[in-house]
Amino acid sequence: MAIDLRAFTPARVGLGRSGNSLPTVELLRFQLDHARARDAVYDELDPPGLGVPHILLRSAAADRETYLRRPDKGRRLNPESRARLETGSYDAAIVIADGLSARAVHRHAAHLLEELMPRLAAEEWRLAPLTVVLGGRVAIGDEIGQRLGAQLVAVLIGERPGLTSPDSLGVYLTWDPRPGRTDAERNCISNIRTDGISYARAAHRLHFLMREARARRLTGVALKEEAPRLGDAGGAPETTP
Amino acid sequence: MKLADVPLRDLLRNPIVPYETDEVTRLICDSHDAEAFAPIGHLTVGEFRDWLLSEQATGDRLKALAPGLIPEMAAAVSKIMRLQDLVSVAAKCRVVTRFRSTIGLPGRLSTRLQPNHPTDDLKGIAASILEGLSYGNGDAVIGVNPAADNPSRVDALLHLLNRIREHYDIPTQICVLAHVTTQMRALENGAPVDLVFQSVAGTEAANTAFGVNLALLDEAWQAAKELKRGEHVMYFETGQGSALSADAHHGVDQQTCEARAYAVARRYQPLLVNTVVGFIGPEYLYDGKQILRAGLEDHFCGKLLGLPMGCDICYTNHAKADQDDMDALLTLLGVAGCNYIMGVPGADDVMLHYQSTSFHDALYVRSVLGLKPAPEFEAWLERQPVLMPEQWLLT
Repeated sequence: MAIDLRAFTPARVGLGRSGNSLPTVELLRFQLDHARARDAVYDELDPPGLGVPHILLRSAAADRETYLRRPDKGRRLNPESRARLETGSYDAAIVIADGLSARAVHRHAAHLLEELMPRLAAEEWRLAPLTVVLGGRVAIGDEIGQRLGAQLVAVLIGERPGLTSPDSLGVYLTWDPRPGRTDAERNCISNIRTDGISYARAAHRLHFLMREARARRLTGVALKEEAPRLGDAGGAPETTP
Repeated sequence: MKLADVPLRDLLRNPIVPYETDEVTRLICDSHDAEAFAPIGHLTVGEFRDWLLSEQATGDRLKALAPGLIPEMAAAVSKIMRLQDLVSVAAKCRVVTRFRSTIGLPGRLSTRLQPNHPTDDLKGIAASILEGLSYGNGDAVIGVNPAADNPSRVDALLHLLNRIREHYDIPTQICVLAHVTTQMRALENGAPVDLVFQSVAGTEAANTAFGVNLALLDEAWQAAKELKRGEHVMYFETGQGSALSADAHHGVDQQTCEARAYAVARRYQPLLVNTVVGFIGPEYLYDGKQILRAGLEDHFCGKLLGLPMGCDICYTNHAKADQDDMDALLTLLGVAGCNYIMGVPGADDVMLHYQSTSFHDALYVRSVLGLKPAPEFEAWLERQPVLMPEQWLLT
């Protein structure tokens, strides 16, 4: 019997073939999707459009080309932004960064926070003021978290656009943030988007990880994610944006 | 001083990353085989290139030389080689490994079937596997990158892959590419582990960023060997830029760091090693031309050092590259005798968000270059009627 494999996965199965190559319609569909994903990389974040009160910051990468060529600059704040942060004493800081997909941040960041905040409020977490950073990479959360005096930092960031998913949001959680932290010291929830992991599931897992991090005073490979399952979920790619 | 005039011996005498503070350097120096090195010990980097291209450098001689070479020598000579030099010399180096299938034989090109799914959905993964098998992909390994590094999920994925492999009696290997510690836990729980995987890099500090060190890898290797499945039980991935992105490169260029990662891999007699050449992004390899060059350098350096080298020919959407660049690198690596490439449905990895080579691409390169899959897998393909999806898809 014939079965349509496309019913089971968003992967590009069941494409058919022209000789050993793709049929023309699939070749053109791929090229259109690639052009759209390339465009998504150059979308700009519109901070007021996020609809959440925040402190606006900028990384040391002044434009998109610099951002792509100089990851070190995307990991540090520019001097004016650094001066804007006051040190306090907080359980956690939440940072929103454009990363490689401003579109992902626009579509999903506020929705994820709506799910997360009530869970944290119920446990009386002391949260630092929300920050939004332009031209930011994951590790910029280390500097922001340290300056704010937060024990834990969660960075919500636009992941690199995929062909079928130009709007995927990731969250990276780091205990005791300070410049020099490595990726092995972070936990990640990836693929937060319409066809990926839902806001409720992502918030459930993030909340679980935040509680575990606080209880065990660490994040990273030593903190295995064994949250009681709330339906299905997504996770961590090998490299960070 | 020109690089071409540097004596190879100088590279051996002056470790580029300090011996005292880096265990990868200690591994490189302490495992160097002076006897194997002797035949070329008097050469400069430039003379070494001439020797490699000469008729004297036969496949057998290159194989015998491998333990005498350190990564810094391979990286140095590759820098003064053109693409055709990298192809010519690599094509002379055959590195054959075996588990259920034999990989790297002349006239063969294998693939890793990579059926990733954004939420690790078991039916979705099974669907991609069936599609890939029907295109003759999967003879190097059926290897899933899990979306979440979660022990119970990794167990479930291993059981799924193993069930499919056993059901169709496929002469291949399975692997779930979680962190090595997660796989060790799965192994202890009795999950059906074939190969143990880990991403590795070329400095101790970069490996720390991956959450590994040599002692941990030794432990994982020991545990995998205790299953008595043969001598090649490890799988490693590498990629230029991993040390630099972790600020763990000691000022050393990213290609030399990459070659040093092969010294780490070499210690464990792996079944499979591949560079994931364009994965880390344009921060490290900016465009198609750089990815092309890097892919051929990595394959050459790996083969020269005696590794069963494959390549994930790939790019991300923030790099200036497209599928044309992948076609060029794929064709050149096919000519260079690359052991295996990736088979990703439609070249689009819907979990890791990057583009690689497709099931179709494997058919293309095998067809134009007259290459076949691993012999055991080829025989299996000939025995197969059309693959019928089983109950895990239909229910």
